Amino acid sequence: MNDFPTWKVWMLSALLVVGVLLAIPSLLNEEQRSYIPEFLPQPTINLGLDLSGGVHILLEAQTEEFEEQRLQTMSDRIEDAMEDDGPPIEIGSLSRSGGEISFAVRNEAQLDDAMERVRALTQPVGFTGERDFSVENEDSLQIVVTPTETGTSEAVNTAVETATEVVRTRIDELGTREPTIIRQGAERIVVQVPGLDSPESLMSLLGRTASLEFRMVNYEADPNMALACQAPIGSEALPYANQEEGTGCVIVQRRVMVSGDQLVNAQQGFDQRSGEVTVNLTFDGPGGRAFGRVTQENVGRPFAIILDGEVLSAPNINEPILGGNAQITGSFSVQSANELAIALRSGRLPVELSVIENRTVGPELGGDSIRLGGLAGLIATVAVMTFMFVTYGRFGIYANIALALNLFLVLAIMAMLDATLTLPGIAGFVLTVGAAVDANVLINERIREEQRRGRKIIDAVQTGYKEASRAIFDANITNFIGGALMFSFGSGPVRGFAVVLVIGIITSVFTAVTITRMMVSVWIKNKRPKELVV
Amino acid sequence: MRLLKLVPDTTNIRFLRWRNVAIVISIILTVASITLTATRGLNFGVDFAGGQMIQATFTEDEQAPVAELREDIAALDIEGASIQRFGDPNQVSIRMRVTEGADDDPELANAISSRVTQMMEAEYPGVRIDSVDSVSGKVSDELFRAGALALGLAMLAIALYIWLRFEWQFGVGALFALFHDVALTFGFFALTQLEFNLNIVAALLTIIGYSLNDTIVVYDRIRENLRKYRKMEIVPLLDLSVNETLARTVMTSLTMVIALVVLIWVGPEVLFGFTAAMLLGIFIGTYSSVYMAAPILIWLKVGPDTFVPEEAGPGGPKVHKEGYGG
Repeated sequence: MNDFPTWKVWMLSALLVVGVLLAIPSLLNEEQRSYIPEFLPQPTINLGLDLSGGVHILLEAQTEEFEEQRLQTMSDRIEDAMEDDGPPIEIGSLSRSGGEISFAVRNEAQLDDAMERVRALTQPVGFTGERDFSVENEDSLQIVVTPTETGTSEAVNTAVETATEVVRTRIDELGTREPTIIRQGAERIVVQVPGLDSPESLMSLLGRTASLEFRMVNYEADPNMALACQAPIGSEALPYANQEEGTGCVIVQRRVMVSGDQLVNAQQGFDQRSGEVTVNLTFDGPGGRAFGRVTQENVGRPFAIILDGEVLSAPNINEPILGGNAQITGSFSVQSANELAIALRSGRLPVELSVIENRTVGPELGGDSIRLGGLAGLIATVAVMTFMFVTYGRFGIYANIALALNLFLVLAIMAMLDATLTLPGIAGFVLTVGAAVDANVLINERIREEQRRGRKIIDAVQTGYKEASRAIFDANITNFIGGALMFSFGSGPVRGFAVVLVIGIITSVFTAVTITRMMVSVWIKNKRPKELVV
Repeated sequence: MRLLKLVPDTTNIRFLRWRNVAIVISIILTVASITLTATRGLNFGVDFAGGQMIQATFTEDEQAPVAELREDIAALDIEGASIQRFGDPNQVSIRMRVTEGADDDPELANAISSRVTQMMEAEYPGVRIDSVDSVSGKVSDELFRAGALALGLAMLAIALYIWLRFEWQFGVGALFALFHDVALTFGFFALTQLEFNLNIVAALLTIIGYSLNDTIVVYDRIRENLRKYRKMEIVPLLDLSVNETLARTVMTSLTMVIALVVLIWVGPEVLFGFTAAMLLGIFIGTYSSVYMAAPILIWLKVGPDTFVPEEAGPGGPKVHKEGYGG
């Protein structure tokens, strides 16, 4: 048993001491931690939302609508290009169906020019020379514009990226502490806000596109069409916000006067005369000038304030609005006006997001879980340790020391890896306690067996460790496979469990096999025992 | 000091004498479990079925006013809500299924849980909303697929590993034992209608791991004895192997049972299904290692020649000397 020379014993002991020290910050509360000198590393374990309380929201971009909108924008631009980019080209009406735009050029001589103008609207994507829309000439005069796959996925990608930033800005504006906002896959965003116990305001804030537009009302349109929500060409019929169905629509022009993209600020306020809750807007230079010009030209005519495709109000322009400031009303409460102001300030979401998963845990439940889980862990550990001691005596004590070290090491490694401890993770700890001693049981039973076969102390111990190691190794590998699969396929709580399990497997092999062996070998070397009671 | 010995030093129980009876029982239980799972179904939680789950505590009452709450929720025009006590008498859990059309309009699902929590906060002073889970049909489908995939892959990967480390017969034996364990656990959940959620998948994977642990210990000893006693008949050899590892089996199962019983007894209510599944798994896993994994070796004609004779010593051939600290 001289395979543990003194230097090796010292080295392993030093490693264990470091491990235990690194686990300590996680066991202290914030106040106690403040006594640790600053220069020392203080890794602390993250608590999952199920333990700390908080909100977890999974948002998904509504790509279908986004693609539809992208096609609409393209077809608007084609119309404009035919009229304005040089001598007007006469075309038939654009049709948008099956995810493509098609239209016919009336005069064959203009076909090439038309193709050229549409091509100029497309953008290159990536490095392959591919463009975001393909432009084909079918059936002599027919032009078909189709979004390419790469173009679409690139557009979605950019939109979701921007959306992630907008979400981040909005949550920061709420003033919550330590939110986590992570993009997940192509179309999803995960938002986690610890300590927040009401998800309602957060969800309504994130679910809001906040696309604000000012457009002129088409006052020449037939009022019956407005009632039926139909619009003439060049106009659009939009419903009122906060009103029941059947009250009809407002017919507005397609052209946007000013949009929310041209805002520099938005604040909740009150109307000085009526006392109504308002949202006060400040436009940037060009926005303010555009707003001033249009209102000047249209005094006495109504315009519409449109938020996310719904008309908030359609007041008459009483006088030109020149200062670059505007005020919108729309039966807001102080809270909803505030929310809208935040949403407008942080910018429009380029793609609509919807909440597809929401999990909220109150702080009390989280606290209860930590307390009960911790207590269960403690009792289980003590019970198992007692059991090990009465069964294996001295070797049981060694196993127990190894077990305690193992728990510290798991904590330390989790803290260093910035892993998250969840409620199932606590169960994982309890399980690790049960499983870690299995290695020692295997070893000790084997030593007993070898002694019965008449082997001498040192021989019995050595054979015991060697023979048991094989099964311990195989068993831990298979458990590791299970844990790794849990980690890669699991989500949230299951992952938390898998993390503890996998780390626990690795550290338990180290403590239960190597460290107990070291303790046994030091004992045998120093005491040279005549008999061994296992 | 006199140490506790739960199992006498040498036992000679002829476990495998009952192998035919055991295998019949196992097959009956497995078939029954699968049938039960297929016909009665599992009580999927929101993770796998979608919908909403709200847990709340009535801090000012001793008993949660379940009947009143049921009426109030019915008044909100929410169909199919089930309200149950959960944990302490003043705690309830409210479960709502995915509403029709919610897949096209995910916001709808959230609106429903918001309506319920707002109503509760308005109508019942002192109510505390402990948790809200709202999962859309799309997400729950994905979670379900990922869970099933993890289970299937774990079983295959593990069987493959055993095959590489032992022989193909052992891989087949382990796979059957695992299948048996998983089927019976499913049967347990179909029978008790305990909620089947993501945590239970973690429990299942752990049961697989544990059961395998046991199987490997027995297999390892069988392999060792096959090399050591080359003249011995297979049945007595299996019996010997099981007996030699019996003390370890009992000790380890007992420590696991201790840890789990404590978790059921003191641990938070949320973990009940999880720990109950694991506790059951310990028993099934131990049983299947002896009565499924071992007898299959007999039927697959495992004998001393299964392992290529190599230099045989007390420690086995050199090939298997890898391990720790040795």
